[in-house]
Amino acid sequence: MAEDTILSTSGLTKEFAGFTAVNSVDLSVRRGSIHALIGPNGAGKTTCFNLLTKFLAPTRGSIVYNGRDISREKPAEIARLGLVRSFQISAVFPQLSVLTNVRIALQRRKRGDSFDFWRSERVLSELDAEARSLIEAVGLTPFLGLTAGELSYGRKRALEIATTLALEPEMLLLDEPMAGMGREDVERIAALIRKISKNRTILMVEHNLSVVASLSDRITVLARGQVLAEGDYATVSKDPRVIEAYIGSGGGHGHH
Amino acid sequence: MTDLASTDAPAAIVTETDDGAARLHRNLFIAIAVALVIAPFVAYPVFVMKVLCFALFALAFNLLLGYGGLLSFGHAAYFGMASYVSAYTAKNWGLTPELAILLGTAVGAALGLVFGALAIRRQGIYFAMITLALAQMVFFFSLQTPGFTGGEDGIQAVPRGKLLGLIDLADDRVLYWLVAAIFMGGLLLIYRVIHSPFGQVCKAIRDNEPRAISLGYRASQYKLMVFVLSATLAGLAGATKAIVFQLASLTDVYWTMSGEVVLMTLVGGLGTVFGPIVGAIVIVAMQNYLATLGAWVTVVQGVIFVLCVLLFREGIVGVISKAIRKPL
Ligand SMILES: Nc1ncnc2c1ncn2[C@@H]1O[C@H](COP(=O)(O)OP(=O)(O)OP(=O)(O)O)[C@@H](O)[C@H]1O
Ligand SMILES: [Mg+2]
Repeated sequence: MAEDTILSTSGLTKEFAGFTAVNSVDLSVRRGSIHALIGPNGAGKTTCFNLLTKFLAPTRGSIVYNGRDISREKPAEIARLGLVRSFQISAVFPQLSVLTNVRIALQRRKRGDSFDFWRSERVLSELDAEARSLIEAVGLTPFLGLTAGELSYGRKRALEIATTLALEPEMLLLDEPMAGMGREDVERIAALIRKISKNRTILMVEHNLSVVASLSDRITVLARGQVLAEGDYATVSKDPRVIEAYIGSGGGHGHH
Repeated sequence: MTDLASTDAPAAIVTETDDGAARLHRNLFIAIAVALVIAPFVAYPVFVMKVLCFALFALAFNLLLGYGGLLSFGHAAYFGMASYVSAYTAKNWGLTPELAILLGTAVGAALGLVFGALAIRRQGIYFAMITLALAQMVFFFSLQTPGFTGGEDGIQAVPRGKLLGLIDLADDRVLYWLVAAIFMGGLLLIYRVIHSPFGQVCKAIRDNEPRAISLGYRASQYKLMVFVLSATLAGLAGATKAIVFQLASLTDVYWTMSGEVVLMTLVGGLGTVFGPIVGAIVIVAMQNYLATLGAWVTVVQGVIFVLCVLLFREGIVGVISKAIRKPL
């Protein structure tokens, strides 16, 4: 099992001033799979992501990534280990152009640190071609010259995905990548996720259950910070506790 | 919901340089160089030198706030301490002016490294408060060590000396060229920093620090580096100022000096390359021409500050930049 597992947690717990947002979660993500993390609003999905990428320190529990205990690492180091996240609230660099947004990520992957303040930014233009092709893949080519802040919400999400992909991460954590997108874009991004999942692992939070059903190999259902159920879509969607949690909270989307 | 709906943000502040903007900038640099050559013939050289020192100070401050997103309320510390060191070593050690200025600048850099390392552990207003508190400590240190700073009197009658031991700088019109060269060098350096691979990362961290971290950038190292660069250039401005006015005093390390540089930057245009220069010209000119008003100058400055924040957020150059849709 250890060889197959890229990321696992044991007893992962986060308490905020007495309130337990994530409660003793044991998660195991198989290498090369698309794993969905679903659950009603406030279930603790984003908090889980924050713990996995070290944006929050766990109260208890441990996280092992690629056989390495990362429970005490810093967030920037997690990214350098190949575990890269996106954010639920779209995270772009608003005053930078669409092209530069993606190039910033390429810059990190190809050049490592950029402390060279004496060099012209023209040295970065060698990254432009690759940045453009990533932007093409998410359908943002017409908006190349705009600043990211000028994009609509759905396009910001697409840009964020292109930026994340620029790092060629071994594992991606996507927090609601399709939220706020139109149908057409949802399909484009779903196809893109399927395509990029060929040689990497994806852990994804998504409320759109039809997307979850069609994309994911395995689903973990979280409710009130705890794992409620786990399995493939057919198993999970029939689980009475899952149905109850969704209807009970009124938060998620109980249809499929 | 359709995502082909209109964009959700109005025209954002333009901070990126395309080819057209690069050409515009080159022309502006030529214009500035020409203005520097003409200036001492149409205005008092001492006045122009004062403007240049403060413009360099504001440029340094703007590098930190406009491009690093870090609001320092204690930049007087680097400006003032460098000014003391430059004045002291020129007067008491008999250093040539270029060495005195270099030493002052180095002290500004060292102070920036220590204070920056302490301050960048905190964000936003806490960061600003720490920089202010540390600068106040420098002020009290200056007050308590009259042997070094001359206390209330400051260090007066600082000799301008001979550049490289050769060129006598006593004449304002000779010293002017040194100051103009220092200013131009500082401006070019800042321009390069802003438009370097390092500058790109700084802008990304300014825009969205968690995202930059999630891409693997160790944000605090970049923040410290831009802080030190800014403190160094503020030190260069202060050290040069001490030689120009042959004086270093408590005014240079007082918190109002930190406030003035914020004002210059805001008036000229925060986050624009050339704004701080315009801001410095406006504020220094105002202080000079309204000097007869005495304490009222402060009131006028306060009113300008309030107007700026309320009506004129982008500052003079920021407004122009937006109008022509080109970064300036
Ligand atoms: N920094 C924090 N301080 C206190 N409480 C928090 C903090 N972050 C999250 N919480 C709480 O933890 C719980 C889980 O939040 P989380 O954002 O992880 O939910 P989620 O499953 O991502 O929900 P959604 O589907 O709405 O995004 C919520 O009740 C939230 O209010
Ligand atoms: Mg969430």
